[in-house]
Amino acid sequence: MESTNIIKVKDLCKNFDDQSVLRGISVDIRKGDVLCIIGASGSGKSTFLRCLNLLEKPDSGSILFENEDLMSKNVNLDLHRQRMGMVFQQFNLFPHLTIMKNLTLAPMMLKHVPRDEAEAKALKLLERVGLADRAGDYPDQLSGGQKQRVAIVRALCMEPDVMLFDEPTSALDPEMVGEVLDVMKELAHEGMTMVVVTHEMNFAREVANRVIFLDEGVIAEEGSPAEIFDAPRSERLQSFLSKVL
Amino acid sequence: MLLFLKGNCMSWFERLRETFIVDGNYKLLFEGLGNTLLITLAALAIGVVIGAAIAVLKYYAEGNPKLRLVNWICDTYTTVIRGIPVTVLLLIFYFVIIVSDNDGIVTAIIAFGINSGAYMAELIRSGINAVDRGQMEAARSLGMSKWQAMRTIIFPQAVKNILPAIGNECIALLKETSVAGYVTVVDLTRAANLIRTNTGDAINPLVLLALIYLALVILMTKLLSILEKRLQKSGKH
Ligand SMILES: Nc1ncnc2c1ncn2[C@@H]1O[C@H](COP(=O)(O)OP(=O)(O)OP(=O)(O)O)[C@@H](O)[C@H]1O
Ligand SMILES: [Mg+2]
Repeated sequence: MESTNIIKVKDLCKNFDDQSVLRGISVDIRKGDVLCIIGASGSGKSTFLRCLNLLEKPDSGSILFENEDLMSKNVNLDLHRQRMGMVFQQFNLFPHLTIMKNLTLAPMMLKHVPRDEAEAKALKLLERVGLADRAGDYPDQLSGGQKQRVAIVRALCMEPDVMLFDEPTSALDPEMVGEVLDVMKELAHEGMTMVVVTHEMNFAREVANRVIFLDEGVIAEEGSPAEIFDAPRSERLQSFLSKVL
Repeated sequence: MLLFLKGNCMSWFERLRETFIVDGNYKLLFEGLGNTLLITLAALAIGVVIGAAIAVLKYYAEGNPKLRLVNWICDTYTTVIRGIPVTVLLLIFYFVIIVSDNDGIVTAIIAFGINSGAYMAELIRSGINAVDRGQMEAARSLGMSKWQAMRTIIFPQAVKNILPAIGNECIALLKETSVAGYVTVVDLTRAANLIRTNTGDAINPLVLLALIYLALVILMTKLLSILEKRLQKSGKH
């Protein structure tokens, strides 16, 4: 089990106009990994994450997801995206739909799950994040922390094999960060494979089994949380950590 | 004094009776009302379909070099149509393009529909662009196709954004159809005008005409605000 790669990224490059944002990133993500990505603002963390499900189209390199090359021409991206959940900094819940519809829309439309089954599953997951009583509400009636928990559940309702998080707590008031991180911790403990871009160093130290430090579009350092946080080798990482810790 | 007033009233009622009832002219008004509503609603339907199609096409075509031609066609359509008075468009359609339409109603529906489509396109496009980009990304990240996301996520929000503007467009369209008489359609305006020429009574048919339009516009405004409130209840943006 240790050795099964879910995602295999090789020499990933991405330019915006004439700015090269990712400059050859290679990383293997194994089943059950909780991979945290840290780095300064503008270092390419979001771009890297968004390349994994091709919300951003890489310029070169390859991304193997469950042994299929996502960048080859005849791959059905929509099918693969169904198995990669994504959670955004700004939640991006659908404001015109109730929480329940937010959760059941994709499973019913894309996987043809019957309504009662989709709703039962959504309700069960909502219960786990403590929001079962809000199923009939609209997103605007929730706090930021509640929205983000719903957003996580929305991704989970598709039963993904991997979850991608892009700074899921950065848009939250400080008192709401904990409730979202708790949900993520629980997910990690259940063995969900997770790629998390985060500024929450304590979360990374506590939950991740691997940490990547991105610097100017390359992986400057990679290792276990202990290696990264307690024994940083490069000067760049040392100075980054001294600023954020 | 009272007698005088009463006499005046009597003669006014007599006048109304002569103008609208005696020769069955009220039937003309009903026919006109029917045609005005028919043209407005049908043109509106065409306008919404054309507008939505163009807005969606442009959403895909913009920034995609392969679809530059599509983009150009859409732009040209809106520019040309919005640059021509709808009356001129109507005349061109009736006398040049569709020469076999006798009562002009089909022509009017098509001309007003095509005209309204250009305005709807711009409206709907602005509505689509106002929807946060994250919505499309979230939908795509769940595995929806671009079209599924457009249909279930983007479009409903866009429509909600622009409903007041669409309401204004409906009202403008209703009033614009008053030139349909140019191509022999007996719409509300032409009906009232015919009654005026037939009876020599100008003030009563024309004032009634104005009142009917006013009532229709007020009715439409009410209906729209009810619809808006309904949509508003389903989550603000
Ligand atoms: N759509 C885009 N068009 C042009 N440039 C972009 C685009 N998206 C990102 N960039 C640029 O790419 C660089 C990396 O951006 P990215 O969002 O990946 O950084 P990040 O590490 O996630 O930063 P942050 O911590 O602030 O979120 C930045 O310089 C940014 O300006
Ligand atoms: Mg970012």
